[in-house]
Amino acid sequence: MSHATGEKYLKNGVLPHMWCSGCGVGVMLGALVRAFEELDYRNSDIVVVTGIGCTGKADDYLTTNALHATHGRALPHATGIKAFNPRLQVVVLMGDGDSVTIGGNHFIHAARRNIDVTAIVVNNFNYGMTGGQVSGTTPGDSLTSTTAWGNPERDIDICALAEVAGANYVARETTFHGWELKEHIKEAMIKRGFSLVEVFSPCPTHFGRNNAMAEPREMLDWLKEKGLPRERYEQLNAEEKRGHFVIGKLVDRDAPDFNTRYEEIRARATKG
Amino acid sequence: MQGNQAMTEGAIYAGARFYAGYPITPSSEVAEICSRVMPKIGGIYLQMEDEIASIAAVVGASLAGAKAFTATSGPGFSLMQENLGLAVMGEVPCVVINVQRSGPSTGLATKPAQSDIMQLRWGRHGDQMVIALCPATVRECFELAVRAFNLAEKFRIPVILAPDEIVGHMRENFAVPEPGELEVIDRRGPSGPVDRYRPFAADGDGIAPLAAYGGDYVFHVTSSMHGPDGYSNNDPANAAWRVEQLHRKIERHLDEIVMTRRYDTDDMDVLLVTVGATTRSGRAAALEARRRGIKAGVLQLLTVWPFPDREVAALAERVRSVIVPEMNYSGQIAGEVQRVLGGGTDIRKVNSYNGQIITPQDILKAIVADSPCGPI
Repeated sequence: MSHATGEKYLKNGVLPHMWCSGCGVGVMLGALVRAFEELDYRNSDIVVVTGIGCTGKADDYLTTNALHATHGRALPHATGIKAFNPRLQVVVLMGDGDSVTIGGNHFIHAARRNIDVTAIVVNNFNYGMTGGQVSGTTPGDSLTSTTAWGNPERDIDICALAEVAGANYVARETTFHGWELKEHIKEAMIKRGFSLVEVFSPCPTHFGRNNAMAEPREMLDWLKEKGLPRERYEQLNAEEKRGHFVIGKLVDRDAPDFNTRYEEIRARATKG
Repeated sequence: MQGNQAMTEGAIYAGARFYAGYPITPSSEVAEICSRVMPKIGGIYLQMEDEIASIAAVVGASLAGAKAFTATSGPGFSLMQENLGLAVMGEVPCVVINVQRSGPSTGLATKPAQSDIMQLRWGRHGDQMVIALCPATVRECFELAVRAFNLAEKFRIPVILAPDEIVGHMRENFAVPEPGELEVIDRRGPSGPVDRYRPFAADGDGIAPLAAYGGDYVFHVTSSMHGPDGYSNNDPANAAWRVEQLHRKIERHLDEIVMTRRYDTDDMDVLLVTVGATTRSGRAAALEARRRGIKAGVLQLLTVWPFPDREVAALAERVRSVIVPEMNYSGQIAGEVQRVLGGGTDIRKVNSYNGQIITPQDILKAIVADSPCGPI
């Protein structure tokens, strides 16, 4: 069997892409289009909804249906699409700003509503597009262009947030783990209900440069070394756990999604 | 029937099958009715987490092929502006009901106002245009709701239906139109080869056909400046063409979009220019003025944006004085009338901004004060 390239979902003549050397957004996009191909989706079956920021530029390269929306509001746009036409495969591409900083409220409620969309969040720990400012996922004490003496705030755990808010499927990968990323995107797309795939990604231009990982390779090495499967992570003591994170599938459950529940409501309403 | 109910039933008559909203006084009846009706007619009711999400879901559903709408009031309407801008830029048909209440901010949350007139037109950043309609009766609530969808679908633009709270909560009898009695317009879809479809290639009329996600035509919509194919495009010539096109598609069809009603305007010395509930006080005042020998007439603006320049100018040149009663402090409509008439004509303003209706007596005083005979 030949390897999927995802080429038929990519727009002709627009590559190379606009992302910086060493950026991980392209790795996510590659994994996504390969996942589409392996799932045998037609371009017309898919709607990709994007927010604003580095990740939000991804739709420029796609030949599927797409809606490039406003900052932080990709999820409610996707909710309207999926609620009205449940046959569509709806994928939402966001950064850490879109998903859990400006758009945090929508993220919570999309998961709670269990709308059957796949959210892919490229978390590069800062606002890359606007020059590397602090975001809701910037680790405490990290340096950014708006936290020159260290970030006084804490970062949010996107996967944990999705889990408590009710997501049916949650996985985390890094852009070092491209194959695993593609496999988790496929699982997420097949899963009914709200799915999240968080992708830890390097931003050597801003976050890396400000935090002693200016070379693309250094940030990739960091992701490779610090990301551990759950079983290996659990073997670490509390001291060792600090600075490491779990990768792989984190949540897998089958609560009924919004459209399934709404069909039940329709049946009740028409009965009287 | 209540005004809010009539707008909801009008929307459904027009084919609306998707509602997403967030409850807010004085518009909540629209949400409540939709929550009960939509599941029975194959539609969707979604109560979103806020008004930002509500209009976002409406935009998404519309691109998936739905006739979609939401309803709100002042604070919620403010929250909707950014994504309404996306609907303008992406040329996404949708209808927003804004039942105007008294501000600023939370203001008098249950009291009426007509103080969002400028926000209807200019609430969003960037140079753009929308259509805004203001009913004065419960029947007009129904008819203008149908009309709002027709205009939205035909011109691929958000249409804002903006009664004041008085009209939204007013109850009147009227015969609900039978199916087929009022014209219902559906959006024009593409028909050519699938691989040639360009969702923003506006023809002479300034409007491109719009497909729906999930059909054969695959398409791209973006909040960024875009070319005819819907993909981002930074070319200055394209940007200028696009901004012009977003205006031109409305400016070229004013005859279809601008609606006014005239009452006793054939022989008049005094013209009242009114919107919404103020029309009712204005008509009563004009009738009373005629009883007292002053020839007064009323021009009601059903379409408030684009502003009925020609209609106002045509009537104003035939009268001695123009009076604009409206429920705001700054004279938002009076300012537009002044713009149309130029500096030479004096306009008398009658304003209320305390959450109370303008009475016929308030307007009558202004008519009489302007009469050459003085107070009668």
